[in-house]
Amino acid sequence: MRMPEPDAEIIAQRDHIVTALRQIVSGEGVIADENELSAYECDGLSAYRQRPMVVVLPETKAQVAQVLKYCHAGGIKVVPRGAGTGLSGGALPLADGVTLGLGKFNKILEVDLDNRCVVAQPGVTNLGITAAVEHAGFYYAPDPSSQIACSIGGNVAENSGGVHCLKYGLTTNNVLGVEMIMMDGEIIRLGGRHLDAGGYDLLGVVTGSEGLLGVITEVTVRVLQKPTTARALLLGFGTSVQAGECVAGIIDHGIIPGGLEMMDKHAIHATEDFVHAGYPMDVEALLIVELDGPQVEVDLLIERVGKIASDCGATYNRASESEEERERFWAGRKNAFPAMGRISPDYMCMDGTIPRSKLPYVLKRMSEMSTHYGLRVANVFHAGDGNLHPLILFDANLADELEKAEAFGAEILKLCVEVGGVLTGEHGVGVEKRDLMGEMFTEDDLKQQQRLKCAFDPDQLLNPGKVYPTLHRCAELGKMHVHNGELPFPDLPRF
Amino acid sequence: MCTMASCRSLICPGSDVPMTETLHPENEDQLLDALKWAVSARAPLNVIGLGSKATLGQSVQIEQALDLSALSGILHYEPSELVLTARAGTPLNHIQQALAENNQEMAFEPVNLGAVLSNDETAKGSIGGLIAGGFAGPRRIRQGSVRDHMLGFRAISGRGELFKSGGKVMKNVTGFDLSKLMTGSMGTLAIMSEVSIKVLPVPEKSRTVLVYGLSDEDAVAAMRLAVNSPHEVSSAAHLPAAIAARSGVDLVAGAGSGVTAIRVEGPGPSVEARCASLQKSLSPFGTLEELHSQRSTQFWAEVRDAGYWSSTDVSIWRLSVPPSRGADIASTIMQQCGGEALFDWGGGLIWLAVEDGHQDAIRSALSGVDGHATLVRGVEATRQSANVFQPQPAPLAALSTRVKTAFDPYGILNPGRLYPVA
Repeated sequence: MRMPEPDAEIIAQRDHIVTALRQIVSGEGVIADENELSAYECDGLSAYRQRPMVVVLPETKAQVAQVLKYCHAGGIKVVPRGAGTGLSGGALPLADGVTLGLGKFNKILEVDLDNRCVVAQPGVTNLGITAAVEHAGFYYAPDPSSQIACSIGGNVAENSGGVHCLKYGLTTNNVLGVEMIMMDGEIIRLGGRHLDAGGYDLLGVVTGSEGLLGVITEVTVRVLQKPTTARALLLGFGTSVQAGECVAGIIDHGIIPGGLEMMDKHAIHATEDFVHAGYPMDVEALLIVELDGPQVEVDLLIERVGKIASDCGATYNRASESEEERERFWAGRKNAFPAMGRISPDYMCMDGTIPRSKLPYVLKRMSEMSTHYGLRVANVFHAGDGNLHPLILFDANLADELEKAEAFGAEILKLCVEVGGVLTGEHGVGVEKRDLMGEMFTEDDLKQQQRLKCAFDPDQLLNPGKVYPTLHRCAELGKMHVHNGELPFPDLPRF
Repeated sequence: MCTMASCRSLICPGSDVPMTETLHPENEDQLLDALKWAVSARAPLNVIGLGSKATLGQSVQIEQALDLSALSGILHYEPSELVLTARAGTPLNHIQQALAENNQEMAFEPVNLGAVLSNDETAKGSIGGLIAGGFAGPRRIRQGSVRDHMLGFRAISGRGELFKSGGKVMKNVTGFDLSKLMTGSMGTLAIMSEVSIKVLPVPEKSRTVLVYGLSDEDAVAAMRLAVNSPHEVSSAAHLPAAIAARSGVDLVAGAGSGVTAIRVEGPGPSVEARCASLQKSLSPFGTLEELHSQRSTQFWAEVRDAGYWSSTDVSIWRLSVPPSRGADIASTIMQQCGGEALFDWGGGLIWLAVEDGHQDAIRSALSGVDGHATLVRGVEATRQSANVFQPQPAPLAALSTRVKTAFDPYGILNPGRLYPVA
């Protein structure tokens, strides 16, 4: 992975920078020891590693502001980091950069159930928000699979999803406000406890900006009443086409399930061997459909979905009759990643989104690619919203396999774009998909996005080398293209 | 021979077709040319979709109009994908009709500002205008706002460059989410040629539990209890007696008191069961009634469009505040300014009708509170001189200006309509 050329002058000042940071954050809050730094070498995308120049772990927002101001003045790059669970390398350190960890910002600041919101510091875990409100029957809806460990600040940075976001939305649909510190140390607040932030929707832009626009020091999220009942259906089909028709049928009947997951044969077999969830082994595609809400509604919709599945030719059709059974249906799906780890030394998880109707075609093409590259691929799929997670199995110890897996993955993502989809549904671009951005966006598309970055961080010191394949200087982005010294249409009459 | 239809460029020197004052592009290429011309001529543009919100925003005089009404038509709509793509000038009516044929809708309930702005309920505007305004209706508390249903777009920036962002799928985190930024930007950043939105099935059934006789303060408490219950309330509004009396729904108009309304939607048996549970928990608050299908639909359309002041010329403000603060903020303002307040979003949205000239009192009632106030309908002189939108703290205002400049460096797109010209 090609990263921006480290600035030798900055690296030469390392001792000086460490001393200066220690004046802002005392004691163990500044990590400069080589061994200790190795813990920060990567995030959840462990294939890419880089030891940071220094790690700073501030405890107050004044310290965050001072660190940023100091780095801004010195032209020192900063990589913000939450819990380090991200899957696209958004928190990959820079050799000449300060990694700014928000782990010590781990307090719930206020539970405000009158306004159905929680104000939290960014280092609070996703599940920690739910823990703060579940006594009153509330929960925080977005549920990335890492929710036990991932931080709410990281969720905002990545606009994290989860299996329930078809019905309840991604992080962006559940964040009401943030306090953010800009690269120059300026503190701004966007949104709050009210529902619609005024002016430009900067909150919407900051959410999912992958640490490129600012450092979040406080998050206000909305919480919901937990549905009183949840039941799931386990549906098996002879072909993925039938399973796809069933998904379309459910939505055409006006039903938006809480969860709607699909697994292909390889994923079914790998997970069944691992957790023994009781999945049917003679099907090509498996759907897990979860309905949640008031009991009378759930029971009614379970019956309707069961009927739709039968009409679509389901060969296996079972509704959960107990909470234990529902959890068993999910056990395989939720363990899909470790199950792959069991049958393959390494795997790579892709994250494209496609129009759902294109699924059979995409699966067919993927199977051809699998043959071409000689690598196995298993598919788990957020079928409701078209978010595909192909898991490419490989062995990094074998010559060329990592490169082959990367090429296979890139080809899958290009295919997603080709059929009208996108590169990433919920994991973010980071460094992983950075060089594929040109598959989806034109040069002008990317430049306009980078101009927005310039409005927040004109010196491009925040998390450079992520998301955008080419770094343009802001001054260059601001220029108009002038041909032969003339603007277009110079002589046009006014009309 | 060079005609609008045959000529790629709108600007056809030597053409025998007379050019009108208004730029009227018929396709994306012509829109691009129009913007390129405006950049080169440094000509500010008054951007118009179908004109339904012409009087929304800061009043500014811009000579050159850009009319987008010819950029019309649904480009792609696959109901089971829950995504619709249309040209930005497509009338909302067309889109809503296509959705209705498939029993789908825009779940955020687009506010039809026709009733407030022009006393013309048929002036619903275009899809692009809807997004540029960003006004969501009563279901906002459950289904989110306009921005939450905006998936992607193509647009021409104030640099005269075509760009796109987002996509045509429901789940997408590829690059900055400029779709959110476009929503509510009042045509000041870029001119959209095409938009993709998320659509959802129409709920099978809708019913509304009414509570009669509550003060504003008690109504906010009742709404809080309902919205905080597990009964999946989709809307909660309160009409004080004077406003309720002007409703077209008999069970509301005839109440002779304030009316607090709680809506539940979904499959029939579920709606019935939840209404019954809500009735039980709301009974200590006051006398109860229920609105069924047609009445319920009509009532929420009224609340959505805030059409209770159509026959007057009072100023109308829209305040977004923490829901628990709705009653006390409205009370603070009305003690000084008189007027009437309609509460939606469980208290989080106040439609305030007051005489002209109370902007200072309204702004000061919001100081120290999360929230903002927008003058939706006001007299021309006030819309010129006073801030229509909530003024921002200096660092945020400076950032907003930089964002505007990043898209529109020459200030040619609706300059001054949202923020003062820097």
